[in-house]
Amino acid sequence: MSKLEPISKISDLPEEPKLRPGHRLCAGCGPAIVAKIITLAVPEAVIVNATGCIEVSTTIYPYSAWKIPWVHVLFQNNAAVASGIAAALEKLSAEGRARKIPVIALGGDGSTFDIGLGAISGALERFDKFVYICYDNESYANTGLQRSGATPLGSATTTSPAGKVIPGKQENKKDLIGIVASHHIPYAATATLWLWRDMINKIRKAVSYSEQGPAFLHILAPCQFGWRYEPHLTIKISRMAVETRLFPIYEIENGQLKINFRVAKPAPVEEYLKIQRRTRHLLEPKNAETLQRLKDWIEWNWQRLENLEKAGRVF
Amino acid sequence: MAEALSRQHRIALTGNDAVAYAVKQAKVDVISAYPITPQTFVVETLSRYVYDGELDAKFIAVESEHSAMSAVIGAALAGARVFTATSSQGLAYMWEALYAASGLRLPIVMALAARALSAPINIHNDHSDFFGMRDAGWIMFNGEEAQETYDLTIMAYKIAEDPRVLLPVVVSYDGFIVSHAISDFYALNDDLVEEFLGKRTTGPRIDPDNPRSFGVLALQDSYFEFKRQQYEAMENSRQVIQEVFKKYGEISGREYKPIKEYMTEDAETCIVAMGSTVGTARHAAKTLREKGEKVGVAGILQYRPWPTKEAEQLFSKFKRIIVMEKTISPGARAGPTYEDIASTIYPKHSNVKMIDFTYGLGGRDISVQGVIEIYKQGKELIDKDKTDKVCFYGVRE
Amino acid sequence: MGASVTWREIDLGGSVAGGTSEKYKTGNWRVERPVIDYGKCVKCLICWLYCPEPAIIRKGNEVKIDYDYCKGCGICAEECPTKAISMVPEEV
Repeated sequence: MSKLEPISKISDLPEEPKLRPGHRLCAGCGPAIVAKIITLAVPEAVIVNATGCIEVSTTIYPYSAWKIPWVHVLFQNNAAVASGIAAALEKLSAEGRARKIPVIALGGDGSTFDIGLGAISGALERFDKFVYICYDNESYANTGLQRSGATPLGSATTTSPAGKVIPGKQENKKDLIGIVASHHIPYAATATLWLWRDMINKIRKAVSYSEQGPAFLHILAPCQFGWRYEPHLTIKISRMAVETRLFPIYEIENGQLKINFRVAKPAPVEEYLKIQRRTRHLLEPKNAETLQRLKDWIEWNWQRLENLEKAGRVF
Repeated sequence: MAEALSRQHRIALTGNDAVAYAVKQAKVDVISAYPITPQTFVVETLSRYVYDGELDAKFIAVESEHSAMSAVIGAALAGARVFTATSSQGLAYMWEALYAASGLRLPIVMALAARALSAPINIHNDHSDFFGMRDAGWIMFNGEEAQETYDLTIMAYKIAEDPRVLLPVVVSYDGFIVSHAISDFYALNDDLVEEFLGKRTTGPRIDPDNPRSFGVLALQDSYFEFKRQQYEAMENSRQVIQEVFKKYGEISGREYKPIKEYMTEDAETCIVAMGSTVGTARHAAKTLREKGEKVGVAGILQYRPWPTKEAEQLFSKFKRIIVMEKTISPGARAGPTYEDIASTIYPKHSNVKMIDFTYGLGGRDISVQGVIEIYKQGKELIDKDKTDKVCFYGVRE
Repeated sequence: MGASVTWREIDLGGSVAGGTSEKYKTGNWRVERPVIDYGKCVKCLICWLYCPEPAIIRKGNEVKIDYDYCKGCGICAEECPTKAISMVPEEV
């Protein structure tokens, strides 16, 4: 497969996505949009889906929404399954026994940040030729919105509720790209729905890179049900995550970090927290300490990325 | 026989290397394994074959056994002929993936150098890991020395890939005792292996021109049907295994049977064992026969599918059956082999008496004299009608 | 609407043909429906890009809501740059 050039207009995309309607993802589901756009962004691929919202809701027998080859095995092994598929396709295609197509492992933050991290690390270290896309809805959404390593500081989940004594998750979001980048792979990036051109072109770039080694994408995909906001606001929420600098958009290409989107005037995080019931409690005076820790983290994290960008090819 | 041997060569290898040799000759496409004692040498030998260019396969050095099974599942779905190997804790770690492999109906072949399960940790041979996977939907064989492990590995591919089967196969053999001991055996010549395995019948299921979804969510309204279909495939495998055993016998001169029999024709008592102990038991039986005891030995080669027909035919004719098990099932009335035999012959053949002995756990050695003592104790307890509990042999009381 | 085949007929090993979800109409999920005012539509395709189902059919740069599947999430109406889409309550 040849290198996929970036697109500039929406109309450059094919008319019909290979993710078909009739799936059971929630109305306004961010991950659904990610899944659909993947099938628009690349002409062909085999999806290796970990257990989670997308997997469970798009393939309830006898219905499957995927009009491309799709595989699901277990919860924490999609990176390992992808390694096997990539190795097999490479050998078999060289012998004319199969057609080689890009391998895209797709997992939620649950399988990626936590239970499946070991298998991901192994696959990245082996430099297996595949793309890993994490759709991050910041909780174990499929099992009822329990906290994950991706849940941001202060967010309420069912296992880190906004309680009388402890106001939501007290730990910071895991630096996933940091972990991934430490494997010194050709390409890793964050993206989100609002910056659609950036997201689509990063998917295409990742697939192109997967000809020579692993590529990794971390895509923030707002979850209306888990984050408790009105379904029609999914893209707005994704925009606010970027504009508050809670979710910086950057890429690490051949070891060099580059911030892709700079906010001229960072938006105050309070509006973002207010609009979602999972974080509204952080605006109460008694939770001021947690809110401040979150704000400090946003500042610290952004400055860290600025420093890394200036540091050169350090990944 | 001479004709069969003309296309074979004599070779001396450890059990592990015999398996690796068979895998090389089977021309697998993808190998994915994680080391664990006593399986390590299978993986190391295969790595050497790949790195030396003797075997044109992809070797994925996975970071865990769970990933090892996951990677071969992926590769098999993509149409590759695959192989993995493990023991004990490694098998336990990939336990959920074993069920996935059989549920997805994939022709995966795995070697299991049988080793005791923690805790406490023990790296030596017993069959607790093997029996732990008996409900996972895999076809299960046990080879008692290098010749058998070699032959079974070759045949495993033919059985697994048969369109009537499409189930994963495990070829187990005693860790250290068989895996590490060199014995000489007959290996088929490369071209004979190729001829025997024939043209590949399994192709890629991942096909962009015919997109399908694998491993879907099967709710209450469909899961049961998938499992029933899988059960039927295991039933179909009985016929296929019989055909493959026969065909292999024709080309190699070695035709296997699900249960190996020694001096059973006129035996009153049968000692049942699996793995290297079968050889030890044969020596014990020979000695006992010289003393006038009418004893025979049944060695289990094929554990799943349990050879019900052959087992009933064989075990129903004895007066006594003394089962030796190298595994422990706390809280159970008896060990797994005893239960499989009992459910086969009872209640129809209620005149046959049985007793169960647990021995050899954690690599505790069993000698010819040990088997003789088990025979004597077992016979006495059966004749006194004191068979209601599992007996232990070889543990310090 | 679920599985009804016997075990003899069921697909091999937990698999199914791709794209079959089209047989499952999710249109009855919604409580309000998007209506496009084509006078205001500038054919930017943003609604089509963001629809999660997808329940917007695109032909060239023309779009049409597919009411068989639309779950009424309202993202299209929210994101339309010319406010050409309005959400109208479904008739009971």
